[in-house]
Amino acid sequence: MYEERWSERAWRGLLWGVMTLFVVNIGAMIAAVATNSFARRWLGTWLPEGWTTNWYAAAWKEFQLAYVLWVTVEVVLSVVFLALLIGVPAAYTLARRNFVGKRALMLLFLLPLMVPPITYGIPLATVLYKIRLAGTIWGVILANLIPAAPFVILVMTPFIEQIDVNLESAARVFGANTARMFWYVLVPLLAPGILAASLLVLVRTIAMFELTFLTAGPDSQTLVVALYYAVFAAGVRAPQSVDAMAMIYMAVTLVWLLIALRFVNPTQLVSRVKEHPRGAG
Amino acid sequence: MKQDFSELRLDRVTRRFATSSGETFIALNEVTLTIRRREFVALLGPSGCGKSTALNCIAGLLPPSGGTISLDQTRIDTVPPERRGFGMVFQNYALFPHMSVARNVGFGLRMRGVSQSEVDKRVADVLRMVQLSGQEQKLPGQLSGGQQQRVAIARAIVIEPPLVLMDEPLSNLDAKLRLETRSEIRRIHRELGRTTIYVTHDQDEALSLSDRIVVMIDGMVHQVGTPQEVYAEPSNIQVARFMGYRNVIELNVEREEGDRVILSGPDFPLTGTRKQALAGGRAQVAIRPEDITIGDGADTANTITARVDNIEYSGRDSLIEVLLPSRVRVYARSATPVKLGDTVRMHVPAARALVYPLQ
Amino acid sequence: MTGHPGGIPSQSDRALLLVVPATVFMLALFIYPFLYGLLLSFEPTQGGWLENYRKFFTTDNLWPTIWTTLRLAIPATLINVGLALPIAFKMRVKTRYQRLVTTILVVPITLGTVLIAEGMLTYFGPRGWLVQTLQFLHIYEGSIRLTHNYWGVLISLVISGFPFAFLLILSYITGIDPVLARAAATLGADAKAQFRHIYLPLLAPGLAICFCLAFVQSFSVFPSAVLLGAPAGPTRVISIAAYEAAFEQYDYSLASAIAMIMGFVQLIIVAAVLALRGLFYRGPVVGGKG
Repeated sequence: MYEERWSERAWRGLLWGVMTLFVVNIGAMIAAVATNSFARRWLGTWLPEGWTTNWYAAAWKEFQLAYVLWVTVEVVLSVVFLALLIGVPAAYTLARRNFVGKRALMLLFLLPLMVPPITYGIPLATVLYKIRLAGTIWGVILANLIPAAPFVILVMTPFIEQIDVNLESAARVFGANTARMFWYVLVPLLAPGILAASLLVLVRTIAMFELTFLTAGPDSQTLVVALYYAVFAAGVRAPQSVDAMAMIYMAVTLVWLLIALRFVNPTQLVSRVKEHPRGAG
Repeated sequence: MKQDFSELRLDRVTRRFATSSGETFIALNEVTLTIRRREFVALLGPSGCGKSTALNCIAGLLPPSGGTISLDQTRIDTVPPERRGFGMVFQNYALFPHMSVARNVGFGLRMRGVSQSEVDKRVADVLRMVQLSGQEQKLPGQLSGGQQQRVAIARAIVIEPPLVLMDEPLSNLDAKLRLETRSEIRRIHRELGRTTIYVTHDQDEALSLSDRIVVMIDGMVHQVGTPQEVYAEPSNIQVARFMGYRNVIELNVEREEGDRVILSGPDFPLTGTRKQALAGGRAQVAIRPEDITIGDGADTANTITARVDNIEYSGRDSLIEVLLPSRVRVYARSATPVKLGDTVRMHVPAARALVYPLQ
Repeated sequence: MTGHPGGIPSQSDRALLLVVPATVFMLALFIYPFLYGLLLSFEPTQGGWLENYRKFFTTDNLWPTIWTTLRLAIPATLINVGLALPIAFKMRVKTRYQRLVTTILVVPITLGTVLIAEGMLTYFGPRGWLVQTLQFLHIYEGSIRLTHNYWGVLISLVISGFPFAFLLILSYITGIDPVLARAAATLGADAKAQFRHIYLPLLAPGLAICFCLAFVQSFSVFPSAVLLGAPAGPTRVISIAAYEAAFEQYDYSLASAIAMIMGFVQLIIVAAVLALRGLFYRGPVVGGKG
């Protein structure tokens, strides 16, 4: 546009340099894991000495990946379903109604997203042990639901606010009660929001480590927890098979991330805590 | 930047945009314009005609894709906005929400390194001029729309710029406030004499405020003239349509006599005044509803007889809509009392029936 | 909202019931465990009600964990927010690059800390590609230890924390009406002045929140500290101490106490940051028409 001073140009170059460094290193990191997983032996040279896909088969058997994947699917789908079930109606009420204690309630729903999982995970695990749900798949599902439901509420609230209130009034005037209005008017209009929320919860739950780690038993581990244990015991197992498992985990995560990104803005994964003002920008 | 100048020149200024579908949209098409010192110039046109784009180019917020902008002998289109020194009033005020009125207004002065005591004095003076004394410590969020608008104006003029740019400043105000603020803008311009370029789509604003009007349609300048000229003598049919010549009738050209044109149509003959060179056997005639009188006129050659189909009362007069046998509608503004279904005789003087070629 | 006394609650009142399941769930599984843990921390297996806390602050492998964790969390947060702010500011204009960069940056967030840890062990390891490249380019000949120590954990905190801070700050910046910067430009403010007088004050609340969230995230570091660090010593963070108390010593009371202390330290820092922000900036956040 206009002539840039050299200091502005230098600053811009520096920022781009930092970004490139960051991205390149992360890419190289992923590539290193990938290469190692296909390597026959790799000891400090640029490229491995040979290539093989045996490690994947080995990892599959060794870490019982078929079973672990199944558990992960169960946990993730249950969490998504239940989070939507209790989250969407709650989001509706928060978006549409004002009542005493609304702000306290909103803070209550915001807390699990701001407090890191390990801080509330330890007391949670203690309680779950007491009621003997810890170590079972239901314990894992409930634990993962704690950040998932508020996340659904946070994502859905702006979607609901966007829907013209007059549509609900129109539905009422023409004879629909709350349930039918929900089903015939709101849910179809909210479909994109629900889809976005589901995908986001799905992606986040797959990667959710601490909560599952603290509440899972040996047969209710999700993929990420199993990966942790594999890396932890890496001294005993061959690092290539661990990397093979890491690649499988990454493939699962990336597939769902790419699907999610078709429907959501990357920023929503992080999800602002504060609403940005309407009509600005 | 120069504190004063004798003319601002736009020379074949062009601005192209790439649209989301990959095509090129030409917002400004070789616009050439000269604005003289102390003038109040209105850029008038329908939405999307490029008037805001032109203003943004003058301000430096958009670089032109082609052409140059010069202040006297100095080219300014290569100068970034913060160094041009023009004052600008934005459509939605753009007041800094985290600063008080005083800090908002004083911002430009602070950027220029003016001493704090001088800033305070000048801010107080200008707030008095826009009748906002006493509101210095309020935040923009605590002010009404009209007050915010006046703060925006104060902020632009306190820096004593050689040029003040206004981008549809009144469009977000309600009708009454719009009229009041309009008068204020006129008064401030008379008092300070600062060259002002005012963008609007509202004819009334342009007619009442400006010394000269630039009519822009589709990125091009169609007419530059005084309010009287643009109102009474639009240079082409698009300007006429935009300026309220609601009646545009297609007729056959019988013959031309000097600048008079004799036309005929299925319902009536008409004598009009040619505004542009005609071609072919047909032409368009543009007539203002206000120029039509109900009843007989001196020049009976231009009499239309028809039945009243609709009446819209608006106090001082009414908009009377008649339906001609050929299904053409003619609109007239008159205070003459008529009733629905009446047959009336409408008359327009030949000088006010403007004839343009068919496009 | 007036209803009929003793009659059928109106339709709109019934909508309030929709929020009940979520509320009950949160109370039962978030508030209750927290309160339960709090009470439990005052009921140690032996000794008086403050025994757990006394034990924490006098045991040599427990109380230094606070400092160890702060030593990791605060630099990591400063780096993350400090880098994210200028880069997000440069990226505020919606270009093709913005969408591409934000998409790429979302990848580390999604991959999670465990995968990043494993990746770093392979790539940053003593015989990994990074070290090989540096030696190849003769930038650095000696041996570099970037894993199984403080630096490994710090780097992993930056890798997982920077994208989060970046996306959050970007969303705040894009929420500021760009016309304000244009208005400032016409009044004589160049890019630096625009940032200082317009963007920074309007961003201050968002920045403070971003810092707090990033800090809280870094402070609770767990798998990286174990996998990439030296959990026995230099990177023995407080979450490791809590985990050991719970799952290795089965002393849930002590574990709850440690979790409470962890939450408390986070609370102090958050309160300090918000107070600091309040000191520097007062005023509304709305970045647009009044």
